[in-house]
Amino acid sequence: MTETATLLIRRGAPGEAESWSRFDVAYERGQSVLDGLRRIRIESDPTLAFRFSCINANACKECMMRLDGKVVYACTARLEPREMRLEPLANKALIRDLATEIAPPDERLASFAVKPSG
Amino acid sequence: MRTAPDRVHLATDVLIVGAGAAGMSAAIAADEQGADVLLVDRSLIGRGGATVMAQMTVAVALGEEQPDDWRDHLRDTLKAGRGLCDEGLAALLCERGPDEIRRLDGWHVGWARHADGRIRAAQAPGHDRPRCVYVDFLSTGPAVSRTLRGQVQRQERIKRVGDLCITDIVVADGVAVGAVGFSVTDGRAVSIAAKAVIIATGGLTRLYARNSASANMGGDGYALALRAGAELIDMEFVQFFPIGHLAPRLIGMDPIMWDPFRYKLGGRLLNAQGRDFAADYGVPEDGRYVAPRDLLTRAILKEVGAGRGSPAGGVFLSFQHVPADHLREAFGPVIDRLAANGIDLTRQPVEVAPIAHYHMGGIRVALDMKTAVPGLLAAGEAVGGANGANRLSGNAVTEALVFGRAAGNTAAGAAPQGAWRDEAAAEALALVAATGPASANTAAVISELQSLMNRHVGPFRTVAGLQDALADIRRLRAAIGAAPPGRPGRFDTARLDWFDARNMLLVAEAVASAALARQESRGAHQRDDFPESDECWAINQAISLRGGKPVLERRPTKAAAPA
Repeated sequence: MTETATLLIRRGAPGEAESWSRFDVAYERGQSVLDGLRRIRIESDPTLAFRFSCINANACKECMMRLDGKVVYACTARLEPREMRLEPLANKALIRDLATEIAPPDERLASFAVKPSG
Repeated sequence: MRTAPDRVHLATDVLIVGAGAAGMSAAIAADEQGADVLLVDRSLIGRGGATVMAQMTVAVALGEEQPDDWRDHLRDTLKAGRGLCDEGLAALLCERGPDEIRRLDGWHVGWARHADGRIRAAQAPGHDRPRCVYVDFLSTGPAVSRTLRGQVQRQERIKRVGDLCITDIVVADGVAVGAVGFSVTDGRAVSIAAKAVIIATGGLTRLYARNSASANMGGDGYALALRAGAELIDMEFVQFFPIGHLAPRLIGMDPIMWDPFRYKLGGRLLNAQGRDFAADYGVPEDGRYVAPRDLLTRAILKEVGAGRGSPAGGVFLSFQHVPADHLREAFGPVIDRLAANGIDLTRQPVEVAPIAHYHMGGIRVALDMKTAVPGLLAAGEAVGGANGANRLSGNAVTEALVFGRAAGNTAAGAAPQGAWRDEAAAEALALVAATGPASANTAAVISELQSLMNRHVGPFRTVAGLQDALADIRRLRAAIGAAPPGRPGRFDTARLDWFDARNMLLVAEAVASAALARQESRGAHQRDDFPESDECWAINQAISLRGGKPVLERRPTKAAAPA
């Protein structure tokens, strides 16, 4: 029997009731937590939200999240054949699921004093 | 203008889509010319894209390692391009490269130096001498990104917005007047009026299952340009990087990381029998590692095809002949990162295989980076032509810097040729706000596209495979339907994937169509059914969109302008 990694993931957007999703993914030695998250989107839930860009190189630093309460990069944290609890960063504003507002304030659309062009 | 309450409208002189090296260089140049700049990226500014991933080297004829001249760099570039380079673009890249490298040096990027202060250069495949500068260790791209980002942040006139996905260029009366997209953060529609728009979105390597790309390299700029009415060129030429990391699973490292160590140490490529095989395919390796990428890719895939590959489907790369202290010296702290992945190079080889790495093709531009659509420009890897049928190693970052600067200068200096009209943006805005059925898993569609592109539109192609690919692409297009699933919302990855899939399928069709038409083998395009190169095909193929379909046309290759 193949081993599985179980990812228990905090879901939702600000103002929504606390909810968690549980996903089993096939465990393969050496894979990253990000590998597991990407597989979940393809195999079962494309709506699962998390940030990443460089995928593998730990260059973009976008995939920060909490694994069992500790801040990690999902691309360098190893997937393990056990239950792993994933939550968004605690000290950043939540956008949705595991995605948080990590852009510098002056690089957010919301920072623009935008007048409707009406 | 009446604006929907959930729409944001911005205006700027120069809109730059994509914040890698090309986009940031363009922003800095346009700012220097006094233009207001809006630099947007679907990811975070200066973090997504290919530049931050470019761990390796930058080709430039500085002449500090040993005497050099940009014309020699150009000769090597044209030779690698197998007769298809736009010589004017290639010359621009080589001639202006040194200025850009010194500009970055002035901004303290940290080029590796000799003890006497000269900037170091390594010899990379296809170059006639050491010409490739770098930042140790494996830090070239991150250092370039960080340095440009620092400059961009200092300029008052450069506004930056991340998490903004551009979905269409807005064209009014044949002139590009801005763009439409949506905020990834909250799903709101965004429209941007601009006097000039620069596409600096990089390449298309995400179309392939095995790739060295960031998640956002899905060829979106090519799709934006096509739909806006611009021409693409050389779309059949996708560069595969011969020795991408395959196994054992290596995390926290770029899969193309082995290359500079081969330059320094001469790692051996071995087949399943432990034998150096490259020479069997006429690829001159003899420990010096000078083979061009297309030839080495071919040798590796032929060896795998002959059943002499490694267990994971590649070949072995071994540094076991190199003494441990030399390994430590050359790899530096990277040795420890490898150890954390359970890899000890003194005891074991790794497995490597060709992976999609760079796109030679792209948006057709003039030397000032203008496309055929007034008001629309391109820069960096998004541009096609400079590298012909095969890119010389190290030319990608040079191209990003040089073309970015050229595009920024042109865009800032050009008089506006059109004016924003909401009606011209109506269709694009409607799509961004559309609420479609969640009929297909868009992440799975992208995954399937990546597999079929790897299988049929990789380095080796056949008429049957390419026709299968085109049929599959049409099937996937039908599967995703005409509108994104659900309704606009916060960080909606399924909708983001839908917009990506829409672009990726169009660009994949362009690549496969051009590959099917080119009945010869040349550079990165190898046809098993037409294995020889054919002088009749010493021309470029341009693609434009007519009635929603990509249409191919032959164009004579542009020779250098008379001196």
